[in-house]
Amino acid sequence: MAGVPQRLRTTWREVPLARHLVLAAIGLVLVAFTLPAVGDFRATQLTELAYIALAAAGLTVLTGLNGQLSLGHGALMAVGAYTTALLLDERDAGPPLVLVVLAAVAATLAVGVVVGVAAARLHGPYLAGATLAMAVAVPGIAVHFRDQLGGEQGLRTYTPEIPGWAADAAYYLTGSDPSRSTYVAFLAWATLLLGLVLLANLARSRTGRRWAAVRDDEVAAELAGIHLGRARVSAFAVSAAAAGAAGAMLAIADRNVAPGAFNLNLSMTLVAVVVLGGLGSLTGAIIGAAVLTLLVSFGPGLGRSLGLDDLASEQVAPLVAGLVTVAVILLAPRGLAGIAQGRLAARRARRAYTSAPSSDGGSPPSSSTPAGSGSAGTSTAVSTPTGKGTP
Amino acid sequence: MSASGSTTAPDSRADTSAPVLELHDVTVRFGGLTALDSVGLAARPGVVHGVIGPNGAGKTTLFNVACGFVRPTSGTLLHRGAPRARFLPHQLAGLRVARTLQGLGLFDRLTVLDNVMVGADRTARSTFWGGLLSTPGSWRDERAVRDRAMAQLEELGVAQHAGRYPSSLPYPVRKRVALARALVSEPELLLLDEPASGLSSDEMDELAGLVEGLTDRMGVLLVEHHMDLVMRVCDEITVLDFGKVIAHGTPAEVQTDPAVLAAYLGEDVA
Ligand SMILES: Nc1ncnc2c1ncn2[C@@H]1O[C@H](COP(=O)(O)OP(=O)(O)OP(=O)(O)O)[C@@H](O)[C@H]1O
Ligand SMILES: [Mg+2]
Repeated sequence: MAGVPQRLRTTWREVPLARHLVLAAIGLVLVAFTLPAVGDFRATQLTELAYIALAAAGLTVLTGLNGQLSLGHGALMAVGAYTTALLLDERDAGPPLVLVVLAAVAATLAVGVVVGVAAARLHGPYLAGATLAMAVAVPGIAVHFRDQLGGEQGLRTYTPEIPGWAADAAYYLTGSDPSRSTYVAFLAWATLLLGLVLLANLARSRTGRRWAAVRDDEVAAELAGIHLGRARVSAFAVSAAAAGAAGAMLAIADRNVAPGAFNLNLSMTLVAVVVLGGLGSLTGAIIGAAVLTLLVSFGPGLGRSLGLDDLASEQVAPLVAGLVTVAVILLAPRGLAGIAQGRLAARRARRAYTSAPSSDGGSPPSSSTPAGSGSAGTSTAVSTPTGKGTP
Repeated sequence: MSASGSTTAPDSRADTSAPVLELHDVTVRFGGLTALDSVGLAARPGVVHGVIGPNGAGKTTLFNVACGFVRPTSGTLLHRGAPRARFLPHQLAGLRVARTLQGLGLFDRLTVLDNVMVGADRTARSTFWGGLLSTPGSWRDERAVRDRAMAQLEELGVAQHAGRYPSSLPYPVRKRVALARALVSEPELLLLDEPASGLSSDEMDELAGLVEGLTDRMGVLLVEHHMDLVMRVCDEITVLDFGKVIAHGTPAEVQTDPAVLAAYLGEDVA
């Protein structure tokens, strides 16, 4: 970046929005050109990747940045998904999609505040247990309110037609009419990128710093004037909002919302994605989601080619996901994004040493500290929520 | 017992400025154990007030009462003359009181700079929504907070470590970072819990100079075991033993007080 004017560089460093918007715009352009080329099947997979990544991004902010564990984020996705399905329950008569997604976010946010208030009082295994209970109980609610929520069958979701301007734009860009799958995939990715920009902004802001302070030392955070409860509840609410938007995308993509989609497996997948990607890393959430969706799509085929029967083949993906997650926890606690970051930092350090030894401002390049330059900004090491008494 | 087991804030000095913090007749019981017994104490602006006493005398408990971590069994706590019956630790910063912790309590996964920026949170203005949307106002405020934090690190001579993580730094540097985090909030009263522990005698000299230099801006309440430091920097000293105030006065007065000598020799002062 030697030739870049100083002012531009300062802006890049000091204005998170500039950084995040540029990255998101690049992402959106990539998506816009990739999606029409990949076909419906891949587009559907990319949609799933996007909403899993979005929910995981919310979870990684909660767990990585604020130190609160949630094993029940799948249930929060259900809140967003059911809100969406309830609002899009009639053919051709639904409110604008933007409002539907906002309503899903708002509803999940409200639930997130309630759960967050309870969660703020809990620590470690108790918090894990409570959120796990939420993951198990919420699908049951849908079954119980058969008349309103459709029971086991769930609710049909009517997604609006592709708006004319979007179809025109797609035709102009690619020379063909977009399919429904392509359109939904684009929606999901646009939502993901917007969500990531907002989460990254927050992580880089005073709010994110407060969350991290509460995570690292409650007593010191309180002495700095931070209200522990408010910090925890706001982190939970933000995290829930991301899960709600992800749920809305799921509802639109699947055209049907049923309790089976929000089983424990979903919640555990989100945890695995976050661990794989590296706690607190937003880029890691995308990487982890990509790895897991690939696993899910190739797992059964892999199982059959290994000579397993269908039932056993279905279990290959969760098995491998579980094993990989455990391996990452044991071998690379900072996740895949952490590994990549470490490599980058090491290479930069080597270059700094060989070219200009005086250029790194006095701090030894071999420091064992987290690089802290991912999009979430703050560090990515494994967090263990702990309670503390008086100092 | 030679000194008063005083029940109100002693006012022997000619200091006219009103106390930032007062404890009146404060008693704290943990079950059967009386950690503080009718303790009175006042911390004034511009005054370094030492709190000394043998291990388990109740010094940290006194700080915890002052900060709202421990609610007194009886007695009153006043900030700037106003009684604070039910106040919580996070309100302390707003009352312009800062404290360093015996165990440092640095945020391990935040950089040194971010640690100090958290300390400056009281003066930060940017809101949740400003941060979410990354408004120009929010990043201007962030820059101001960052500049203040950097200036504080520079003042304490540790600015070169701004980008490092606390765990990678030597203990004396970490102590300075913790001090910077407390000072950056521009407190009017600073509570220091054993700031000299783990420092070499040279570093202790620097610390003494530093504490003396603070008094034009704030009052200091100092819990410390190193007597040379206490005698050098303190304007007044309160001595605790078994939760009771056994002496209060200038360093010279306290040093020659028979009750204090007895307590420090481990004799029973019944
Ligand atoms: N939360 C608590 N529960 C029960 N007992 C406590 C608690 N906090 C302190 N104590 C007891 O109160 C007494 C005073 O403790 P405190 O920590 O205030 O002493 P101190 O003067 O700070 O000692 P030191 O110089 O060793 O730090 C001790 O006997 C201690 O064991
Ligand atoms: Mg103590």
